[in-house]
Amino acid sequence: MEIITRREIKITQTSTELTMHDIFGAWKVRWGINRMNYKVEPGLYSVGNPDSNSPVLVTANYKLSFDSLRKELDSLKAWILVLDTKGINVWCAAGKGTFGTTELLNRIAIVQLDKIVAHKNLILPQLGASGVSAHEVLKYSGFRVNYGPVRAEDIREFIDAGSRATTEMRTVRFSIYDRLVLTPVELVNSLKMSLMIFGVLFVLNLMGLGPFGLVDFYGYEGALIVGCVLTPLLLPWIPGRAFAWKGWLLGFIWAVSVNMLNGWPLVPQYSLLRAIGYLLIFPSVSAFFAMNFTGSSTFTSFSGVLKEMKIALPAIIISIFLGSVLILINSFI
Amino acid sequence: MKHRYLKNVSTLKLESAKCTGCGKCIEVCPHNVFVLCNGKSVIADQDRCIECGACVKNCLFYALEVKPGVGCASAIIKGWLTGTEPSCDCSDGSCC
Repeated sequence: MEIITRREIKITQTSTELTMHDIFGAWKVRWGINRMNYKVEPGLYSVGNPDSNSPVLVTANYKLSFDSLRKELDSLKAWILVLDTKGINVWCAAGKGTFGTTELLNRIAIVQLDKIVAHKNLILPQLGASGVSAHEVLKYSGFRVNYGPVRAEDIREFIDAGSRATTEMRTVRFSIYDRLVLTPVELVNSLKMSLMIFGVLFVLNLMGLGPFGLVDFYGYEGALIVGCVLTPLLLPWIPGRAFAWKGWLLGFIWAVSVNMLNGWPLVPQYSLLRAIGYLLIFPSVSAFFAMNFTGSSTFTSFSGVLKEMKIALPAIIISIFLGSVLILINSFI
Repeated sequence: MKHRYLKNVSTLKLESAKCTGCGKCIEVCPHNVFVLCNGKSVIADQDRCIECGACVKNCLFYALEVKPGVGCASAIIKGWLTGTEPSCDCSDGSCC
């Protein structure tokens, strides 16, 4: 008996123009709103009436990734194969393995790509390479993986050059603008973390145990902004290599500024204990948040971050603890 | 300005005897760690390596070795707290 399975081939037509809705959605995820649930349906999409000879571009189902790819395809005819990466971008999903060999092989089979295109070439974003084994994809599906440019904006040039990427296209950049767009999420996340601290301080105030005032509040907020925004922006210009160190250095400048703004060392009421307390706490807060930016950066390694953390984390904890003790002692004298 | 991270930390190793000089590692490396020299790939700058593992995954001849991992402090902290391998799982963290 012959078994014939006819599955329907599903292709979704999409546009190369982003709507206001797409642009607003992108802005929201940059601020951490609905960021973990910004997805498109995995599967096969078409732009500009592609035929069986049109190129197949593979991407993640994070809507920000999908949108940044399709907006570069104006007047091109292409297929977009969207992998199920659980709404995570290509680079992070490749690291986790969801943008990987298995998912790619499955998705090729599900959409029946061999019935849609006559060629055997796939264009993958370069940053997907850490999850995909090109020779295994070829072995099991017959499709040849061609690693394209890092950035979607180069995809047209890449296709025009006969699927050839220049060194420039293959190089990861991390410009001041690249860093700027990442800072809102850092800020929102660190503020969320800080709400707990504010809550504890507020309760201590209510109980009359800690006279925490405006200076403590803006001093901390400033240290947080130094760590989450200023250090990332000035990253390559701050001397040193470790992120925590870079954050500490700027945080130290901030702590000295806060002390001096409040009259130290000229105003006798401004005690040395408080000044030292701030010098211990604020730079450490900046250092911690700067260290967290390693995950957003493009040039840190696991071994490097681990080495940095083994020194920085204990130092940060001890420093904040000692600083807090000094501030508390000071408020009881 | 060039970004530079810590020196002498990467676990990347290249076994030259197995290398055929196919150039795949040069193609997939996002940080130009490799160059082709006399028909074989060589590590030009170890300190640029971010241990992403793309070269290892795409080397047909098993000439490369690295301990892949995420260069993300919050993932590592989360790994320590939960006792799991650090992964780029940003469901509530701040990385990527």
